[in-house]
Amino acid sequence: MTGAPLLELDKLSTHYVSAQGSRVVRAVDEVTLSIHAGETLGIVGESGSGKSTLALTILRVLPPAARIVSGRMMFEGEDLVTKSDEEMRHVRGKRIAMILQDPMASLNPLFTIGDQVSEPIRVHEGESRAKAWTRARELLKAVRIPSPETRLTQYPHEMSGGMRQRIVGAIGIACEPRLLIADEPTTSLDLTIQAQYLKLLGDLQKAHGLALIFITHNLGIVAKMCDQLAVMYAGRVVESGPVSQIFNRPAHPYTRALLNSIPVMGDPDKRLTAIDGQPPDMSTMPPGCSFAPRCTSVMPRCREAEPPPFVVGEGRISRCWLAEPATGGAELRVAGGVA
Amino acid sequence: MSTPADVIRLPSPAPRFTALRTFRIGDFPVIPVLILGVITFAAIFANLLAPHNPEVGSLAARFKPPFWLAGGSTEYLLGTDQLGRDVLSRLIFGARVSMVVGFTAVMVAGVIGTVLGIMAGYIGGWVDQVIMRLTDTWLALPALTFAIFLAAIVGPSMWNIVIILGAVYWTRYARVIRGEVLSLKEREFVRLAIVAGCSKPTIMLRHILPNVINSAIVLATLMLGVVIVTEASLSFLGVGVPPPEPAWGLMLSDGKQGLMVGYWWLTVFPGGCIVLMVLSANLIGDWLRVKLDPQLRQL
Repeated sequence: MTGAPLLELDKLSTHYVSAQGSRVVRAVDEVTLSIHAGETLGIVGESGSGKSTLALTILRVLPPAARIVSGRMMFEGEDLVTKSDEEMRHVRGKRIAMILQDPMASLNPLFTIGDQVSEPIRVHEGESRAKAWTRARELLKAVRIPSPETRLTQYPHEMSGGMRQRIVGAIGIACEPRLLIADEPTTSLDLTIQAQYLKLLGDLQKAHGLALIFITHNLGIVAKMCDQLAVMYAGRVVESGPVSQIFNRPAHPYTRALLNSIPVMGDPDKRLTAIDGQPPDMSTMPPGCSFAPRCTSVMPRCREAEPPPFVVGEGRISRCWLAEPATGGAELRVAGGVA
Repeated sequence: MSTPADVIRLPSPAPRFTALRTFRIGDFPVIPVLILGVITFAAIFANLLAPHNPEVGSLAARFKPPFWLAGGSTEYLLGTDQLGRDVLSRLIFGARVSMVVGFTAVMVAGVIGTVLGIMAGYIGGWVDQVIMRLTDTWLALPALTFAIFLAAIVGPSMWNIVIILGAVYWTRYARVIRGEVLSLKEREFVRLAIVAGCSKPTIMLRHILPNVINSAIVLATLMLGVVIVTEASLSFLGVGVPPPEPAWGLMLSDGKQGLMVGYWWLTVFPGGCIVLMVLSANLIGDWLRVKLDPQLRQL
């Protein structure tokens, strides 16, 4: 990839702090990532690994207990961390849009589809209701809703799940954002609808030159959809880089374990591989590598010191001592990010 | 012995089509709606319905009993009071006072309470703290005493009573609405509005308010009874609607000396009217509460 990235996260950290300040959870810890226009970045990880918090951090819609404690988010040359709330409001929905985890519940039951799809247009572009509705009809067409004219005047309860999902997608692209963040948008759908929806997202991305951040724990979707991949564990990006390279030669033991735990069809003798143990309690993290207690290739060193991000190839990093360059063993900190 | 047919035949489940179930005549509070309808009708067309001027009596016709008792006449169907004013006409015009005061006071309280409740619930933080502590303080004051205190300050008049009742009872709305908003704002569609870049006022007005209107309406019906009783109490105590205006509470107050010497119609009729109206309002409110709540409706 050439040119400046669209969004560049630089050692971004978001912590949840309890009311008394006694417990701190590092939900997002020194995350460095970047994404170019037109690219798809997959973020995978177990539940609680900080994927969703990362998404909320990018949009700055964190719950009150969460704080962005350090780092920068460069988006089209501006640092989103230092923007005022009012400035951020004009970024949200307009330049960065998001599709939420449960699109089925994302529609207000009291308003028509037309009003909801046209809302971002009216909010961000100050269009009249009539004009916004005309554009809403085009959007419904774009997400392949049949007979959009009648659908515009209907209410969410009159739609099927897959249709509501596509409407939420239409709301997402209403203002032609540069970046779309999809936080597990297909978990509540059945497989055929899932496939349709993913195809639709891919088409929309091509049509609008969107950058897409795809948060999921489905590695199959990642393989299909994404160009770049970031694997998160306990708030950190433990490995990142181009999808094909990571799938072929995972550098981090956690990535390897994740890939091994994909069930293989047609091999009835092979047992389901699981990663033993539980993700660590993020408020009382062990010293050293956070994956060490579950790692099959753990070394004494892993329990003492935390591995920095090592460059393991063209645009690839891995936070594992195994990836340490043999020569001299100097810590090679990555400055620029993934791409 | 059970035949296969017996085994298969299950008790037929309750009809699932809820629209039919909720509009069943059995659920609908026919009598309360009729009563409230009659009172509303009387209030609107008081000028046409009342046989006499409610504020002017003839001293020659003092303490006439209702027409079916000895000494009564059909000219004064429900008798006359100590100034010879027609009780029926006063009841009809009193309905107007009760209705106007009841509805507008409930509305004033509802608007104040809903606005503050939404702000407290959605904005949270110190706004929530200030509004809710104010509400706690308000609720700690005995409503009637507080209302009398306020009436003593602003002086008695019908519209002052409306403002006083609104000022006393907004807290009930604020509490209920705030609770609703707290759960609403965690709903996914509100989050979507946030990530779509809607401003806080937009979200409160477009996404929160329409979703709490249900609760506000139910509360309003239930509050109607409370407000009417309070208005009657204030009038009874002489700090409400000023005489000679015919308010039911005032009629009770005027008639109370007569109670000991057998002029029962001066108190029983207005008292009965208050009871019927409040009871009707409460029953309708109860019905609405069940009807508008999907959980109680067993969807």
